[in-house]
Amino acid sequence: MKIRVIITLKNGVLDPQGTAVSHALVSMNYPEMKSIRQGKVIDIDLGQNIYNEDMMHEICRKLLVNTVIEDYKITILEE
Amino acid sequence: MKSAIIIFPGTNREQDMRHALNRAGIESEFVFCNQKDLPENIQLVVLAGGFSYGDYLRTGVMAANSNIMNAVKEFAHNGGLVLGVCNGFQILCEAGLLEGVLMRNTNGRFICKTVDLKIENNQTPFTNSYEKGQVINIPIAHGEGNYFADSETLKSLEDNGQIVLRYTDNPNGSQNNIAGIINKKGNVLGMMPHPENHVDDLQKNQEGLGVFLSLLK
Repeated sequence: MKIRVIITLKNGVLDPQGTAVSHALVSMNYPEMKSIRQGKVIDIDLGQNIYNEDMMHEICRKLLVNTVIEDYKITILEE
Repeated sequence: MKSAIIIFPGTNREQDMRHALNRAGIESEFVFCNQKDLPENIQLVVLAGGFSYGDYLRTGVMAANSNIMNAVKEFAHNGGLVLGVCNGFQILCEAGLLEGVLMRNTNGRFICKTVDLKIENNQTPFTNSYEKGQVINIPIAHGEGNYFADSETLKSLEDNGQIVLRYTDNPNGSQNNIAGIINKKGNVLGMMPHPENHVDDLQKNQEGLGVFLSLLK
């Protein structure tokens, strides 16, 4: 089974990386976008392990995500 | 006084830190992060600067989850003094020993220069050799020193006098010009600037030495 964790910055948290990407686009002569926010995607292949949703949320909270500034979503890529 | 300086893969300020501690007469021992226990009879744990675990995932998070940090948490809960500088501050936040988080500088750049800091609270074991309101000049060297916390946390930091050091001219976008904070109990301090780099004649000034001399009071 394969799962994907998508991590995004919470609304209201400034994103200097997204802003830098936004500026780069303008300097490449693309139109100015309303906003660009950069996040992270983490793909996990569980192998033979059985998917345990509670454990996965715990892993997110303890390591993968800092919930002070980030939100996350777990999606199943492959059963 | 005896101290332990924790070394993670990617820590690179441990020798500077040892030098500064020496200048104040504090002994130090290097302790590697895969160890489970701190040395006995220490009164201080120092997390030095650097790029632990290459800053992978988020700055400080891998280090915050290493073996030795369980011992550091226990040490702190028992009232032991813990000082985190730069990456050490980031690690303390990720470990939950301090509130908030250090984000990328708002200008998107790594900043390396000396800055002026105002001592907001001199009633701490780390700042009691300074005057309240005194301005000291020490270096910063970081890409992620932009302090962020939710408004409730910020208010409680302000109300409890937990904001110990503030930039006089904010270099990185930190909320409320925060350069260093202390926990509620008053035994864990995190700061982005490097006091260990202004401690002797070879350097621009010795205005960082007070942090280490304070520990002896």
